[in-house]
Amino acid sequence: MKKETDTYSAVGEVGAVYERRSLWNRTLIDLRKAPYTALFGMVVILAYAIVAIFAPILAPYGEAQVFPEPYAPWSSTYVFGTDQIGRDIFSRMIYGARNTVGIAVATTFLAFLIGGVLGLAAAINRSWLDQLLSRSVDVLMAIPSLIFALVLLSIFGSTITNLILIIAVLDSTRVFRLTRAVALNVVVMDYVEAARLRGEGLGWIMRREILPNILPPLIAEFGLRFCFVFLTIAALSFLGVGIQPPTADWGSMVRDNASLIMFAQYDLKAGLTPLLPAAAIALLTVAINFVVDWFLHKTSGLHDE
Amino acid sequence: MGIVTLFVVSLIIFSAIEYLPGDFAKNILGQAATEETTAAFRRELGLDQPAVLRYGQWIAAVVQGDLGTSFSGRNASGVDRSRQVMDLIAPRLRNTLFLASLAAVVAVPLSLLLGISTALYRNSFYDRSVNMTTLTTISFPEFFVAYILILFLASLYPVFPSLANVDAETPLGERFYRAALPALTLTLVIVAHMMRMTRAAIINLLASPYIQMARLSGASPTEVILKHALPNAWAPIATVIAFNLAYLVVGVVVVEVVFVYPGIGQLMVDAVASRDIPVVQGCALIFAMTYIILNLIADIIGIITNPRLLHPK
Repeated sequence: MKKETDTYSAVGEVGAVYERRSLWNRTLIDLRKAPYTALFGMVVILAYAIVAIFAPILAPYGEAQVFPEPYAPWSSTYVFGTDQIGRDIFSRMIYGARNTVGIAVATTFLAFLIGGVLGLAAAINRSWLDQLLSRSVDVLMAIPSLIFALVLLSIFGSTITNLILIIAVLDSTRVFRLTRAVALNVVVMDYVEAARLRGEGLGWIMRREILPNILPPLIAEFGLRFCFVFLTIAALSFLGVGIQPPTADWGSMVRDNASLIMFAQYDLKAGLTPLLPAAAIALLTVAINFVVDWFLHKTSGLHDE
Repeated sequence: MGIVTLFVVSLIIFSAIEYLPGDFAKNILGQAATEETTAAFRRELGLDQPAVLRYGQWIAAVVQGDLGTSFSGRNASGVDRSRQVMDLIAPRLRNTLFLASLAAVVAVPLSLLLGISTALYRNSFYDRSVNMTTLTTISFPEFFVAYILILFLASLYPVFPSLANVDAETPLGERFYRAALPALTLTLVIVAHMMRMTRAAIINLLASPYIQMARLSGASPTEVILKHALPNAWAPIATVIAFNLAYLVVGVVVVEVVFVYPGIGQLMVDAVASRDIPVVQGCALIFAMTYIILNLIADIIGIITNPRLLHPK
């Protein structure tokens, strides 16, 4: 809207042709204004995505390739050494990006699909459906989700499909609550009423009338929810009931190599080895938190005080 | 409301045994189990009776403190060396409560102090640095914090032991010493949450008109926060504390496994790994109960400190 000129002229500004910025332009401007923490976060997320996608090319060895040398020290052959049965830790870290992050992304998407659709339906319907869903969600949320996940995993067994389904269902309760809460404010708008009178179906009202208007909080929630899911899966794998070997996964890698930490006095690098996958988890969640923080600030105009 | 929730929760936990695959008796008793032992085992679990009846018996037993017998310790020949779930849980529950209360006693005052002081000096360098630190700590998985602490305080500079194995005979002083690192980990994790939420609760209130009024009447910033904002912030802060103590219940699971602390969380994880359903049920019931009761207490404190909630409009 504002023209970048050296001399300012009111007539010029008013008379200038209104040029709509392209999406790309707006994104660039937003990015230039973003704080360093958010930029850092975006770079980290991008790096993780690249590593996850090109894992087989980047990793020097295979995911479950066993070498005859268990607990090898850091060297040029094995960048971060090998683990308790002689698998290259560096390669497993790279594959771990694909497995751990991939599973977490899939789970979050599923949680949003379930929670989002039901939340919207409950907000639009507002009758027995809303009551039924809200009360069941209340009950599900009354049990800490890690405990609930443990109970369910003990019943159904720890396979990756079960893990994704269980955590997605448990986390969809939070998504349901948020979607329903923000959608309730939009449902009462006149244009939704108009669409309804026009005879549009439930699907249309959800998709075309309400969803675009509640997208910003949902996107922010997606980031935060991903962090929670990611941490839950990591915790479960760390506890030994999540992603099972030989699949490379950061949580179980920490557990497998944990004993090395006591050798830090003699060989600091060996002591650091179990911390590497944990640090990889931490770095990604920090990065996402930074980006979400900035995004929330930008879209809601929310400021302290 | 709490009772109803608890009822439904117990129903869910109870139904855990319903959905076991059909041949689970074989898995537990071993491949060599005969038809008779399997049948006897199923009869002992009462699987030949209708579910409603069994739920009634189960809940009646639970109320009297009987959580059934563990699956482990059974074998194919029908010899039963299994232990009562209650006997397994009771000593570990004491250990867990000890650890959790140790963390809570340190964490609650500390986070209130930090929350109030950052709200007081908001946007200062102090506030920003505390904020940055806590935001980072929140994003860390518990075991990362735990292993960093082990690396520095147990491995590089052996101040504390890295394994917190206590038993019934351990004297109290020794107990504190051994539980120091797990308690410190839990404290770090929940202080971050509590402090941020306390700060947010107070800053939220600072926008209300009566605070403006207090300020215009010449009250100092300290006075505004301590005398005007804080009394109204107790309800949200109580919720925050209860929420975080409930979170502590969950965090305890991971931390106990890291430090090999003989608590109920570790018991539950072991039981899940070996699919020892009665033990899982017992632990889950205790965790869920603590969680629900803490949330209930938060609601009650909220109502007591804000009498307006007693009279809904």
